[in-house]
Amino acid sequence: MTDLTGDEVTELTLTVNGERFTREVPVRRLLSDFLRHDLGLTGTHVGCEHGVCGCCTVRVDGTAVRSCLMLAVQAEAADVVTIEGLSKEGEPLHPVQQAFQDAHGLQCGFCTPGFVLAVCGVLEDDSRTELLGDDEIREAISGNLCRCTGYQHIVEAVRIADAKMRPGAAAPESRA
Amino acid sequence: MKERVFGKRMPRTSDERLLRGRGMYVDDVPVRGALEVVFVRSPHAHARITEIDLEEARATPGVHAVYGAGDLGAFDRPLPLLFPHPDLVEPRTQNPIASDEVHYAGQIVAMIVAEDRYVAEDARERVRLELDPLPVVVDVDAALEDGADQVHSDMEGNVSGHIVQQVGDPDAAFRDAHLVLRHRYILERSAAMPMETRGMVAEWDPRGEELMLWNATQVVHPLRSGLAQFFDIPESRIRITAPDTGGGFGVKGFFMYPEEVLVPWAARELRRPVKWIEDRVEHFTASHHERTQIHDVEIAVTEDGVVTALRDEFLVDTGAFVPYGLELGRITAGQIGGAYRIPNIHVGFRGVYTNTVVCTPYRGAGRPHMCFVTERALDDVARALGIDQFEVRRRNFVGDDEFPYRRDGLVTADGFTVIMDSGAYFTQMSMLEEALDMPALREAQAASRETTKLLGVGLACYVESTGGGPYEGAHVIVEPDTGTVRVTTGFTDQGQSHSTTLAQVAAERLGADLASVQVELGDTAKFRWGIGTYASRGAVHGASAVDRAAGTVRDKALRLAANMLEVSPADLEVEDGRISVKGSPGTSVTLGQVAKAAKPDRYGFDNDLAALAALGPAVPRESSDEGPLLHSDEEPGLEATGFFSPQNSTWASGVHAAVIELDTETGAVRFVRYVVVHDCGIVINPLVVDGQVIGGIAQGVGGSFYERLAYDAQGQIQNASLMDFLIPYATEVPEVELHHLETPSPLNPLGVKGAGEGGAIPVPAVAAAAIDDALSAFGVAVRRMPLDPEELMDLAAASGAHSDKGDR
Repeated sequence: MTDLTGDEVTELTLTVNGERFTREVPVRRLLSDFLRHDLGLTGTHVGCEHGVCGCCTVRVDGTAVRSCLMLAVQAEAADVVTIEGLSKEGEPLHPVQQAFQDAHGLQCGFCTPGFVLAVCGVLEDDSRTELLGDDEIREAISGNLCRCTGYQHIVEAVRIADAKMRPGAAAPESRA
Repeated sequence: MKERVFGKRMPRTSDERLLRGRGMYVDDVPVRGALEVVFVRSPHAHARITEIDLEEARATPGVHAVYGAGDLGAFDRPLPLLFPHPDLVEPRTQNPIASDEVHYAGQIVAMIVAEDRYVAEDARERVRLELDPLPVVVDVDAALEDGADQVHSDMEGNVSGHIVQQVGDPDAAFRDAHLVLRHRYILERSAAMPMETRGMVAEWDPRGEELMLWNATQVVHPLRSGLAQFFDIPESRIRITAPDTGGGFGVKGFFMYPEEVLVPWAARELRRPVKWIEDRVEHFTASHHERTQIHDVEIAVTEDGVVTALRDEFLVDTGAFVPYGLELGRITAGQIGGAYRIPNIHVGFRGVYTNTVVCTPYRGAGRPHMCFVTERALDDVARALGIDQFEVRRRNFVGDDEFPYRRDGLVTADGFTVIMDSGAYFTQMSMLEEALDMPALREAQAASRETTKLLGVGLACYVESTGGGPYEGAHVIVEPDTGTVRVTTGFTDQGQSHSTTLAQVAAERLGADLASVQVELGDTAKFRWGIGTYASRGAVHGASAVDRAAGTVRDKALRLAANMLEVSPADLEVEDGRISVKGSPGTSVTLGQVAKAAKPDRYGFDNDLAALAALGPAVPRESSDEGPLLHSDEEPGLEATGFFSPQNSTWASGVHAAVIELDTETGAVRFVRYVVVHDCGIVINPLVVDGQVIGGIAQGVGGSFYERLAYDAQGQIQNASLMDFLIPYATEVPEVELHHLETPSPLNPLGVKGAGEGGAIPVPAVAAAAIDDALSAFGVAVRRMPLDPEELMDLAAASGAHSDKGDR
C-alpha cells in the first residue's frame, strides 16, 4: 500500500496582505486551507473544492486564482491578497466592496469575497477607456457562482464600481 | 415630517462585516482543539452490508475514533418522524449509521474522527466494506408496478401513503364538461445547492452535561427539541447557534440529519470538540434533494374555456426515507387551482419510496409543481380551444373583489382550510400586459420565424401559501444611556436580510433611529422559543412579532416619559429616539434616558448633571410611586417580548413572463426579457424583496434548463459535482424587470406576506410556455421540465422547425 499519511512537511515563505509569513506546511495542504486554518484568514471561503464555484478566489501576484486548486507550497515567494487585505479595518471600504453594499450585491455573503476579488482584477485593467457594458460585466463574473442574488445586483455593483474607479470614462456603446 | 424607514428601498445595515471577510460561518468558528469528522458512505444504492472492517482505519496515526452502528449503543435507533399523518403507512426513517441494509448511495456506514480532515480522509481509504447488492428502484412509475422490486426489503410495496381531497363535485363537472383534456406533467429531481455546504461544531462542557452546537441550520429550536429527546437531557442543557450561514433554500431547514446526532454524540464520547464540514461532492448524496413529481391530470372545460374541474392524481418521489412524512405532497396539493376559480377539484397523491437520497423541501417546496400543472393546464385549454394565453386566464381568475376565496375540502400543510386571504390577479395581469407590449412582441416574433432563432413569449401566474407553521417571537429592549435598541428573535438568517428588515420594523414602531437598532438571530440561548426560517415565514411571523414587542415598548416608554415630563402620554410623540411634547420639542427625553429611569439600579455613573436632570432622581417625594421614576406596578427595564401566530396562511401571488430566443440549430435558449409583477402584500424593503425575487428566478432558470440530478438505473448520480450539475452563472440568467403590487394581507398587523420563495415557483411553467410559443407553429407542447439543450434541439427537430430552416 502507498504511504497515505501525507506527513511530508516543507517550509513555505510568502507574503499575504502585505505581511511576510514563514510556516512549516504539509506539502499536500491546499492554499485555501493554509490561508484559513494556518493564518486564520477565514474570509476566503471554500464552496466546492473542485474549482467551479469561485468562492475561494484570492489574488496571487495580481492574478485572481482559486485557492482550492493550488497547493500552499506552490505559493512560495508569492504575493497573495485575500479579502482581508483589500481594505484595512477602520479605513473606508474598497470601491468594489462599497458598491456591493450599495447595490445589495450580496445576500448570504458566502460567495462575496471571491466575487469582490475577481471583480477587482477585472476593473483594475488600465487599458480600457470605456466603461464595461452589461454583457461584458456578466462575462467578467462568469467564473463565480452565486446561489442567492440571481447576479442582477452584482452586475449593478460592478457597474457602480467601474464608474467610480474610472472617472471620466466613456459610457459603453450600446450593445446588442 | 420624518421620513419613514418602513417600506423604504434601502441598502442593508449589516454588510460591512461580510464584505471585509469578517463573517463567521460555521467553518470559521474558532473552537480550539476541534477534531474533524469524515463519514464513510455507502457506494451502493441498495445492498446488504456483509462485512465492515474498521480496524485498519482505527490504526491510522492521528485517528481518534472510528465508529460503526454497533458502537452507538442506545443511539442506534431510527431518527424521528417529523410529520406523522394518519394516512402514512409504514413510515421509514434511517438510523444514524446503517447496520444491515443500505437504501441509498450516500447513506452513512461509519464515522471517522481524526486530528484533521486530511488524516480522516486517509483513514477512510482503509475501511474495508463488503456489500451484497440488492435490486435498485429509481423510477417512480416502475416502483408501483405489480411485483416491483422493494426499496425496503421488509416492506410490502413502495408506497408510503395516499391522501385524497375533494372540493365541490368534480365527477358531476366532468360529466357535464364540453371538453375533457388529459395530460401528464412532470418536474424532475433537483437540489437547493447553497454555496456553503452543511457543517457543524459540537462541544460539551467538561461534565458532558451541556451541549454547545454551532450549526449551519435554518431551524435552531426544533433541532434543540429533537436533540434533547435523542440525548434524553433537558432542552435547557442544549444551546444551538446558527452562525452566518451561506444560503439554505430549504436544504438546511431539514432536521434531524444523521450527522446532527452523530457529531454531538462523538463530541461527548471523546470529550473533545468535534467538527464536520460537508464536502461539496458529499453534499450531493448527504444532503436532501427535491422536486420529482409526476402528475396525471384531467381538465374539464366549457366551450368558452372556463375550467370547471381539475382532477390530479400525482406521485411524489420521497427518496429512501420519509422523515417529513407526506408533507411535500400535502403542500403541493394545497396549491391546486392557483389563481383560478376552478370550483370542482379532486386531488390525490401517493408518496413513493425509491433508492435515492431523501426528498424534503427546496425553495418553493412542492409549489413549483402545482404551479406547473395548473398553468400548463390553462395553456393546454387555450391551445385546444384557440384562446389567447392571457384571455384564458382572465376567464378563470378569482376576481379582485372575491377575496377571501375559499376552497372548502382542501387544506394547507398546516391543516387549515385553503382560504386565499387577498389578491388582485386581474390587476396583476393588466400591469404585466402593459409592461410587455404584446403587439410589438408578436411582430418581432413573426420576423424571427425567418431565421433559426425563434422568439417565444410565455407567462405563468402563481399563488403561494406563505408564512406556515405556528408562531415566532421577538424581544425588544432599549438599552440605558446609549438608547441602543436590541431586537432578538429565534429564527435564523441565510441571506434573507432579516437584520435590516426587522430593524426597519422596530425603528418604525418605536420611533427609534434605524442606526440605533441591532438585531440578533438564531441562538436558542438568546431567545427561548422559535420555529425557524422556511416557508417564507420570516416577515409574516417574525416581523409581526417584532412589531408587537416594539409597540409594547413604545407604550411603556410613553407612560414613563409622561411621568418624567409631567404630561399625559397622549401629548407625546417619538421621533429618532427622542420623546417630546407635541408642539414643544424642547421638552423631551431620549429613549435611552427613559430606559435608564426604568433600570432597577438607577445609578447615574454619569457626571453630566444636565443630562441627569430629566431623570429627576433628587426630587423629594412621599413614596416611590410619586415623581419621575418607575411606578411600583411597572416592571423594570424598557423591554418587551411579543409573539405572533397567524390564523391561516397569507397568499402571495404574481405573474411572470419571459421572452426567449430559441436557437433551433444549437438548442441554446437566451432570455430576451423577463418581466415580473409581484405581490407579497406590504413591502418592508423593496430592495430586499427584489433581491429575493430575482434570486428565486435564477434558481427557477436553473431548474428549467440546467439543473437535473441525473440518477442512473443503479441509483448512482451521474452528475454529482458542480462541474456536471450546472448552476447558472451570470451569463445564463435574465435581467429581470420587476413591478411591485401591494395587496395587504388582513391576517397580520403589518399586512405582509412571504417573499422568499415566490420568485422560484412559476419559472419552469413560464419557460415551458415560452418554448411552446417559440415553436407554436409546429404544435409543440412542453409538459416536463427541465429541458437541456439537446432535448430542446430534439424538440425543434421533431417539430420540423430545424429542418424547415435548414432547407433554406
